[in-house]
This record gives sequence, structure tokens and C-alpha cells, in this order.
Amino acid sequence: MSHSKHHEQEPSSNRLVASMAIAGFISGVIIIAIYLMTFDTIKENKARELRQAVFKVLPDVSYMQKLRFENNTLVIVTADGMDDDMIFAGYDKQGKFIGYAIQGKGAGFQDTIHVLFGYLSSTKNMTGMEILDSRETPGLGDKIFKDMHFVAEFINHPMLQDIKAVKKGTKSHDYEIDAITGATISSKAVVRIMNKAFNTWSGKLAAQGQEPIFELPTQTQGK
Amino acid sequence: MATDVTAYEEMIKGLWRDNPVFVQVLGMCPMLAVTNSAINAVVMGLATFFVLVGSSFLVSSFKQWIPKQVRISLYIIIIATFVTVVDYSLLALVPAIHKELGAFIPLIVANCMILGRQEAFASKHTIKYAVMDAVGMSGGFMIALLALGSVREILGVGALFGVDLFGPHFEPWVIMILPPGGFLTLGLLLLFFNWFSERRKQFLAKVAQADQNASIAGVKDNG
Repeated sequence: MSHSKHHEQEPSSNRLVASMAIAGFISGVIIIAIYLMTFDTIKENKARELRQAVFKVLPDVSYMQKLRFENNTLVIVTADGMDDDMIFAGYDKQGKFIGYAIQGKGAGFQDTIHVLFGYLSSTKNMTGMEILDSRETPGLGDKIFKDMHFVAEFINHPMLQDIKAVKKGTKSHDYEIDAITGATISSKAVVRIMNKAFNTWSGKLAAQGQEPIFELPTQTQGK
Repeated sequence: MATDVTAYEEMIKGLWRDNPVFVQVLGMCPMLAVTNSAINAVVMGLATFFVLVGSSFLVSSFKQWIPKQVRISLYIIIIATFVTVVDYSLLALVPAIHKELGAFIPLIVANCMILGRQEAFASKHTIKYAVMDAVGMSGGFMIALLALGSVREILGVGALFGVDLFGPHFEPWVIMILPPGGFLTLGLLLLFFNWFSERRKQFLAKVAQADQNASIAGVKDNG
């Protein structure tokens, strides 16, 4: 045992604090840099995903525009970016209104589930649903977007009353859908989020024939 | 030349002899959580590779300036910075896979294999050896992830890297992609690994014994 090593002076607390502070500072700078570097791409990815989802849940849509509920009426949003308070209107090639894509957020089994679904006010039918964001258990809860049978149940689903998820195989009414075996909580959460979003928005949607007109060509967001 | 051989050995030991998963049984959380498909295993392996090699390089480079009283906190800061970089990069570059891996990318910070390599190796060796060791260890981790992920995807889904293997008549063994399947597969792989090294040891002992006998016999013949 060398004595000199034994009596080596302990570094002062200032030095310890300084080394931590320097490391923290450098780390912070790097994190900010990577955040700024990837911010636009991530935002773009999210917007593209949302746009693709709108085209997916509404049939035969060629254009879409963003709507917000302000002063008791739906107004068209022309600014960039999308947020949770918006819904989307889909139009065909001629610019004729087809239907709405409504988004909803709520607690899932593990984290927030972000759902988007298409709705035709003319037939009062839901035209499809898409999970935009979720952290459900891989292999179980993630079936809410991987189980094609479950996803297909929301295509042409009548929206005359709240949707109800029932045990697979026991569906007996039009408003019921089969829950996923092994992912009951996640399926029920999806249905609950959709019901809530639908009930919030159904009263705010424009009367038939008075839907917001598509404004060409400022929003040429084709496929 | 001699140093090159040792650097190579530092790398190769992580792949088999000191495999972080099969021998050291470290990093079990991501090991069990994200290995329900081969592609997830590969992306997780690559993310861990980047974090481990990066942090080993930095820890080894700055080892003289890291006071030992706060070394663990500094290692964590370094690791967490790399993990954040990986997290944002994956979110920007491969959003679909990032969605799949979910919370497990940020959780690389808590992978004890990475912290363990900093404390046990990188902080005591030169940059070259530290990096070689990190490459080997994360390579070994990747092999283990891929082994587990492939077995579970083949049995649980009937596919590998998303390519269907058995046709429509295959009944997937769903439990394999659920957590119990992870434990089962890992247990069997560990059993196989230990059985194999045991057999190898016995074989080597037998060969050594035979050699010894032969040389004794040779001595007798000569005498």
C-alpha cells in the first residue's frame, strides 16, 4: 500500500460541483442542438401522419382543410401546424364536401391514446378509425391498430348512439363492436375516447349543406 | 502486433465468452421487453450500440478529469445525453419503429450493462480498448436480442422480419410474443448456452487428458 496514495487530497466540493455543472451544461447544449435539428422533421412527420390518417379514415377524399370551432361556428384554419382542438374536413376532386375527420385523446392502458376517425354527417356513419399515437403493450394493447378485424369494425359503423365494446363474439346490436381478446382495456379505452370526442363535436358540426367550402388552391394537400 | 491482438480480444470477448446477456445476465429489461419481433431487436441493438460506444469513448477520454466521488452521476449524464440524441434521431428518421419501441428507447439510460461497462472497463482503459470493448459488448447484446427476437417472432407470429414463413395454416403461438414468452425463451437460451459451455469445457478437459496420456505413453516408448 503506498502511503502517498492514501493521503491523496480529496477534491474540494467546488471541484465536484464544477465538474457536474460543466457536464450538465455540455449535455444540455447537445440536447438542445439535437432537439432543434430534428424538430422540423418530427413536426413534418407528425403532420404527414395526420394528413395520411385523414385520407385513410375518409373515403375518396382528395383535399382536406383544418377547422376550428370559434364563436359558435366552424372556421377554416389556414395557418401551418395542427393541434388537438382541430377537426378536419375532407373534399373530393371537385372540392365537394365529403365528411369530417375528428380526433380525440384520452387515457389508454399505459399512456394517452390519440385517435382519429372519419364521420359522414349525411349518413351519420363512422367511416373508419386510425390510432395516431399510443403506447399500449406490444403484442396486446397495440392490437387496437394492428388487429385488422377490430379496425374494420369502425368502417360504416352507425353513430346514432354511443359505441359499446363487448366481449368478442357477443355482439348483438348495431352500436356494439367486438373488443379485442386480451386487450379489453385498450379496446374499451379507444371506444370511450371516440364517444367522448364524438359527443363533443357532434353538436358543433355545421348543418348539412352548410359545411365550410373548400378554398382552392391555398390548401392543395393532395395525396 | 501484440497490442492489436489484445484489442481484438477485448472486442471478441463480448460476443461470446463474456456475452452481456447470456453470461453476465445484464440488460434484462430491454431484453425481455422489445424482443417480440426481429426488427425491434435490431433497432434496439443499434441504439444500444451507439449509446455504449459513444459513452465508453467519452468516459475513457475524460477519465483523468472525472472525480471518483461523482463518477456515477457523470456517467449517467453522458449516457442520458447519448440516449436523448438516439431518441430524437429515431423519432425523426424512423417514426414507425420509434412508435413500436415506445418507452424503451429512453429506458436505455437505465440499462445496467451500459453503466456497468463504464464503471468496470472504460474508466480504467485507454480509448482504443474502451471502444473495442464497447463494440464487442453491444455486438454481443445485439446477438442476444436478435436470437430472442427471431425465436419469438417465428413462433409467436409465424414470420421473420415481417416476412410470413408458414402460410395461412400456421396457428401463431401467441404467448411467445407476450411477456411470459420472453421469459421462457430467455430461460431456454440460457440453458442452452450454459449446457454448451459446460460441454465445451468437458471436451477441452478430455482433449487435454488425452494429450497428457499420449505424451506419457510417448515418454514410455522412448524409454
